[in-house]
Amino acid sequence: MAKRINLQGNQACALGAIAAGCTFYAGYPITPSSEVAEAMARELPKIGGTFIQMEDEIASMGAAIGASMGGLKVMTATSGPGFSLKQENLGYASGAEIPCVIINVMRGGPSTGMPTRPAQGDIMQARWGTHGDHAIIVLTPASVAECYSETVRAFELTERLRVPVVVLIDEVIGHLVETVDLDALKPSRLVTRKFADGPAEGFEPYAVTDDMVPPFPRPGDGYRSHTTGLTHLPSGFPTQNPSKAEAALVRTTDKLDLHADLIEAVEVAECDDADVVIASVGISARAGQAAVADLRSKGVKAGLFRPKTLWPFPEAALKAATKGAKAVVVPEMNQGQMVLEVERLLKNKSVHGLGKIDGEAITPAEIVTRVTEVLA
Amino acid sequence: MKDSVNEAEFQINDYIRLDQMPHFLCPGCGHGIALRALLWAVHELGIDKDKLAVVSGIGCSGRLSAYVDANSFHTTHGRPLAFATGLALARPDLHVIVITGDGDSLAIGGNHLIHACRRNLNMTCMMLNNEIYGMTGGQVSPTTTSNRYTTTTPAGNTEPVFDACALATAAGAGFVGREVTMQVTGLKNLLRDAIAHDGFSFVEVISDCTEIYGRKNDLGVSPEMMLSQKAGMRPEAYRNTVDVPFKPNALECGMLAKNDRPEYGATYRAMVDRIRGKGA
Ligand SMILES: Cc1ncc(C[n+]2csc(CCOP(=O)(O)OP(=O)(O)O)c2C)c(N)n1
Ligand code: SF4
Ligand SMILES: [Mg+2]
Repeated sequence: MAKRINLQGNQACALGAIAAGCTFYAGYPITPSSEVAEAMARELPKIGGTFIQMEDEIASMGAAIGASMGGLKVMTATSGPGFSLKQENLGYASGAEIPCVIINVMRGGPSTGMPTRPAQGDIMQARWGTHGDHAIIVLTPASVAECYSETVRAFELTERLRVPVVVLIDEVIGHLVETVDLDALKPSRLVTRKFADGPAEGFEPYAVTDDMVPPFPRPGDGYRSHTTGLTHLPSGFPTQNPSKAEAALVRTTDKLDLHADLIEAVEVAECDDADVVIASVGISARAGQAAVADLRSKGVKAGLFRPKTLWPFPEAALKAATKGAKAVVVPEMNQGQMVLEVERLLKNKSVHGLGKIDGEAITPAEIVTRVTEVLA
Repeated sequence: MKDSVNEAEFQINDYIRLDQMPHFLCPGCGHGIALRALLWAVHELGIDKDKLAVVSGIGCSGRLSAYVDANSFHTTHGRPLAFATGLALARPDLHVIVITGDGDSLAIGGNHLIHACRRNLNMTCMMLNNEIYGMTGGQVSPTTTSNRYTTTTPAGNTEPVFDACALATAAGAGFVGREVTMQVTGLKNLLRDAIAHDGFSFVEVISDCTEIYGRKNDLGVSPEMMLSQKAGMRPEAYRNTVDVPFKPNALECGMLAKNDRPEYGATYRAMVDRIRGKGA
């Protein structure tokens, strides 16, 4: 029998994490993400896992990475100011290729901003928040069911590719309660990183393998390898040799290109004959969906393009979905972040932003009005 | 944890990565002596290198992890205790040792240090106090002696200093001690007891940055710095005879505090067992 329950987005992230095999959570409370921590504090001990509330977000990111270095599947969750604090150690996880999942429930910013109000102002920070060129994957669920399934996918990707994965949700999705069928959502298989199992003699923790994802040396398994945030050689030890340093850095970003098919995920609805495509994520995309229905009922051929993987941006899918469109409208709860990427990719199209930063979600009516203006 | 068991003679080459030599420390730097004492203690305890995890921050002190033939993690500035907390909770089978500097653990990482002391999770933190930011070229640190010159105190240091051991003791660390590098055997013994302690142990090593701090303050070369550090030690017999809670730069050495508060990892796992209906 289907197990249909009412569930909140944040709690769905926690349950998805547990279903994906997460056994370690470190966090620091912050609205509107705290329910993730509270659910993990409740659920993890039941499965023999570990929850710890650290002294701040820097420490919680560090502790999560530390536990992952020990071989566990790990997660942390935060919002706005806490996401800013996590950035340095997030960069460490990217550079040292330590799997980890970070839930960021976006609230109004900058600074303390509007703690209980929704926003989508971290779209660029999620991609470029830590310093330096780096690999990162960002997923954007738009429903409670997707909070669960995208968190599961976040674990699959971080474990498979050894890249930190951010699950970027907005306050509305995080606090939304919807009915979901947990049995139907349960992952059919668990993806766990490939642990090194060959001979320890001559083992190189960052060797260039065919899939560009080196096997992970678990402490205690005899490899005694070195992990550092310094740019490192395949041996794990630091280098400043220009060609070797570049090769090491490029591998971590090339890795994402190589596995683009695995990473990319989009929802494309009614774009085949669309004159206007609404490109959006999270709760704004839900409004976009309603706007498409409204516009279609008025005879306007509208479609929806919704990245579920926001970064790396689904370039080919966007181009395909907007092929026949005259205009693209990008509703987002910020002053225009995702629209920059859409403009960059669709240089010859008429691309229009629809920003909102007043702490209220964008309504379908606002999108319909914007589309009507654009098509006029 | 086994008490001193290993009777075999200590050979440092058994514990360092020879392929990483030569190391990058300046001649006369006290950090190398501290590392030797640490590995000697590890040897005497008979710890399996495969089960040893060395976690360090950023600084000259932080670079030491790369030289240890163990599972080594060179993390971010000030945060090694945070990483180590996750690692130690995740893997109670590992012996986790943190190597940090005075800037790493008292300035940028001060908050992590006090909470690590409070939690009392089983690990050892060796803080190399050279009173300076060695790695970045000699800026003032929270332990720089008053009036001393650094690149950011060109007219002498006007800030008061931290007593790291008093801080760790007050915050509840299970084991607290201090030693100078001149007393390498004493330092080894102290580190051995610290590692053997079931809980969070904190050892401050009075190290020297000969090359930058020593030179800038006319403190002489390394042996002279070490001798004056040793001379500045307060003999053990006088310990606790003067009731001054805050003793900047007081060089009381040896074990300074010990308590038997429950180790945090065991406490947490007992709670998990209780929830799962397994415990007593
Ligand atoms: C976030 C951050 N801030 C600053 C630095 C620069 N930095 C590197 S080492 C260091 C100070 C190290 O001093 P200490 O911890 O005393 O170690 P020592 O080099 O003296 O052993 C600083 C400020 C950094 N790496 N990261
Ligand atoms: S700069 Fe100072 S602390 Fe760093 S290696 Fe040289 S002597 Fe040691
Ligand atoms: Mg120092």
